[in-house]
Amino acid sequence: MPKGNRQRLCLLGAMSALIVGALSGPAAAQGTLRIAMTASDVPTTTGVPNNGFEGVRFLGYTAFDSLVLWDLTHADKVADIKPGLAESWSQNPSDPLKWTFKLRQGVKFHDGTPFNADAVVWNFDRSFNKDAKQFDPQGSAINRGRPTYIADKGYKKIDDYTVEFTTSRPISYFPYVLTTIFFVSPAAFEKAGSWTEFAKAPVGTGPFKLENFKPRVSVDLVKNADYWDKGRVPKVDKVVLFPMPEANTRLAALRSGQVDWIEVPPPDAIDSLKKAGFNIVSNSYPHVWPWVLNLAKPDSPFKDVRVRQALNYCVDRAGLVSLLSGMAEPSVGFFKKSDPLFGKPKNDYTFNPAKAKELLTAAGFSQTKPVKAKIMISTSGSGQMLPLPMNEFMQQGMKQCWFDISFEVVEWGAMLVAFRNEPTASQSLGADGMNISLVSSDVSMVVRWFYGQNITPKGSNWGHWVNPEFDGLLAKLEAAKGADDFKTSLTHMHEMLVDEAPWLWIVHDLNPRAMTKKVQGFVSAQSWFQDLTRVSLQ
Amino acid sequence: MWAFALRRLLHTIPILFGVSLIVFLLVQLMPGDAADILIPPEAPPDVRAALRAAFGLDQPVYVQYALWLRRLMVGDLGVSIFTNQPVASELFSALGNTLLLALPAALLGFSLGVALGMLAAFNRGRWPDRLFSAIAIAGVSLPHYWVGIVLVAVFAVILNWLPAQGMGAGGVPTSWAQIQHLILPVATLSLIPMGVVSRLVRANVLETLSQEFVATLHAKGLRPARVLLHVTRNAAPAALALMGLQLGYLIGGSILVETVFNWPGSGGLMNLAIFRRDVPVLSATILVLAAIFVMINLLVDILQAVIDPRIRR
Repeated sequence: MPKGNRQRLCLLGAMSALIVGALSGPAAAQGTLRIAMTASDVPTTTGVPNNGFEGVRFLGYTAFDSLVLWDLTHADKVADIKPGLAESWSQNPSDPLKWTFKLRQGVKFHDGTPFNADAVVWNFDRSFNKDAKQFDPQGSAINRGRPTYIADKGYKKIDDYTVEFTTSRPISYFPYVLTTIFFVSPAAFEKAGSWTEFAKAPVGTGPFKLENFKPRVSVDLVKNADYWDKGRVPKVDKVVLFPMPEANTRLAALRSGQVDWIEVPPPDAIDSLKKAGFNIVSNSYPHVWPWVLNLAKPDSPFKDVRVRQALNYCVDRAGLVSLLSGMAEPSVGFFKKSDPLFGKPKNDYTFNPAKAKELLTAAGFSQTKPVKAKIMISTSGSGQMLPLPMNEFMQQGMKQCWFDISFEVVEWGAMLVAFRNEPTASQSLGADGMNISLVSSDVSMVVRWFYGQNITPKGSNWGHWVNPEFDGLLAKLEAAKGADDFKTSLTHMHEMLVDEAPWLWIVHDLNPRAMTKKVQGFVSAQSWFQDLTRVSLQ
Repeated sequence: MWAFALRRLLHTIPILFGVSLIVFLLVQLMPGDAADILIPPEAPPDVRAALRAAFGLDQPVYVQYALWLRRLMVGDLGVSIFTNQPVASELFSALGNTLLLALPAALLGFSLGVALGMLAAFNRGRWPDRLFSAIAIAGVSLPHYWVGIVLVAVFAVILNWLPAQGMGAGGVPTSWAQIQHLILPVATLSLIPMGVVSRLVRANVLETLSQEFVATLHAKGLRPARVLLHVTRNAAPAALALMGLQLGYLIGGSILVETVFNWPGSGGLMNLAIFRRDVPVLSATILVLAAIFVMINLLVDILQAVIDPRIRR
């Protein structure tokens, strides 16, 4: 090779090396965990996160605490509640409407001001007292929109570390509904002057402090070394949260080393991620992906329980699980089959077209007179998994059991609007059912979705399934004195949910996350929420 | 000249007014409002009603529009119903992020487009013409979100040279680390302007070259460079008009490219506002983008008039 050419080649090589060196991404600082969320925006930082339960997962339990927390330390059982900013609580035996909460002493907000009963009342006024100067319309709507409206009847300070709540009816599971109300520093709000300003430098009591909030870009959670629960002082120095709604973008960010952890990798990427050395973490959690059946529409075929049961016998759940690369588990009830509350229902739903046809024959249908139904499905949405291919897969399978299913495809917002209105209202577009994924974490959710008095538009029982026997059991449960009474009633109620089939039970999501091998110590709790304090980086 | 500019400027007022009215009415066609999207599915009706009242969503549309216009007159763009942040700060930060992509993409796309178009025209029928025309057609025809994904797969995932997404520290880039974040989205975004400008320049230059005055210039003995100058000047007005439109589109933000690269620009903001029914954000964003679009076209008109005296008449 002539000398000149060789020199040029060497120069070219050196330049390429320089470019490659200069362009390779900056290494993450030691102790910084970078997470890509599925949210389109950084959830609100003011202690009332928007963006659904993902918002609560990342901008709720990280920087703030609630009176009652979730115990997220176990992967092998459904998460239950534990004391948080309240050390203990009790229902008044002579007046079951009243609940007394003893607050944890010595807890300080990140700004050094004390957490006490005044702070609790101040924070409740934020959501429940329209005349308070800290009243926050958006925050109030979110807080009161969850079943915490049960606390509307009153809350008051008894002494510096005792607070009393009065509910509108006796509710044995009241502590569960307090898990999503977080507490912020009243002094910090006074200093900020408005919730808009407070959002820029929020102050809570949580294991992390919120810093560097950049809307739509990122937010930092910085370790709070003085956290009151010494067992939950974060192991990493900092967590950076990025909103990244597009699944392929999250995947590319993980594979190119820009983040250490992504929420919900696309199912078809699971195998290649595993091969490339990433960890896929998944676990059961209280999520259900059903069709909520419309029983209020005059010509709905699902008014007949036999048709609802036949539908449940006509889903190839194993096929769906395989379609999702194993990132789901079959659902044959509201609770999982392994849950003691599942009970012993008469129907054990498997893929059994013969049984489905037998039920449909009894209900007056046949091959030449199939069940025609239209289901509202969304293109995407919170917890919706892969609505289009999953529903199309089911639609194909259902043909063999005389179900002729069509779809009304809407965007997520339109589905939420329909779900809030009467099932016969124009917003529901004449659908006989709706494929909307919902939370099944505890008994308060059973009340939300199935209680006869909670039919829309008053509550969230969109399908208008009303069963007096079920409601009677619920009244017994709400007034239950002991844990055994409570469990017996709830188990019986669940058996009814399976046999009466107000919903088509399809799958439970397995909540997949993909992370690099550097991420250690993460316990995938059976919950919508997770504990980031135990995670470390190697 | 000034009268021409002033007349065009005055024309923009009814245009913007019309745009704002259409946006306000279109939003009403969507099912539900911001309150429906913000509150949890199980929220009771009184909670929804209280939130709607707090943001005036319970008022008739014409009242909401009138109130919005009144605030706009004093420069108040309102507050986002969803995030409680001032719309102005959300919008201008998104717009700034989009400009970071749009301006380099326009510069790259337009200069490549003009260069390829001219080279193709001056080599008509020969291989450079075929090659550059093929590049231009590919630029227009390939879906740019697909090109974006391919670029990410190659340069971020496989080669690991460039970041896959995001804008890093943000702001006007002052370091390599920040410039890296611009390279793939700018390259992706510049494809369409490059393609359309190149096609138009080629066609215009060819048309001009076929005119008699060019033969006259050659006959007068002008140097080829001088002839090129005359040809360019004659072909420029149409290309400028097209560039104005393209720059407007780029500043409007590409929802697709911003989604692929997770870039927090104005296209994404508008998309989010639509899904959230966040009327204050949506109205302000569309109005400001429309104003920018109209202004760019006004500037182009003036530039055209400067270059071509026939337009002024």
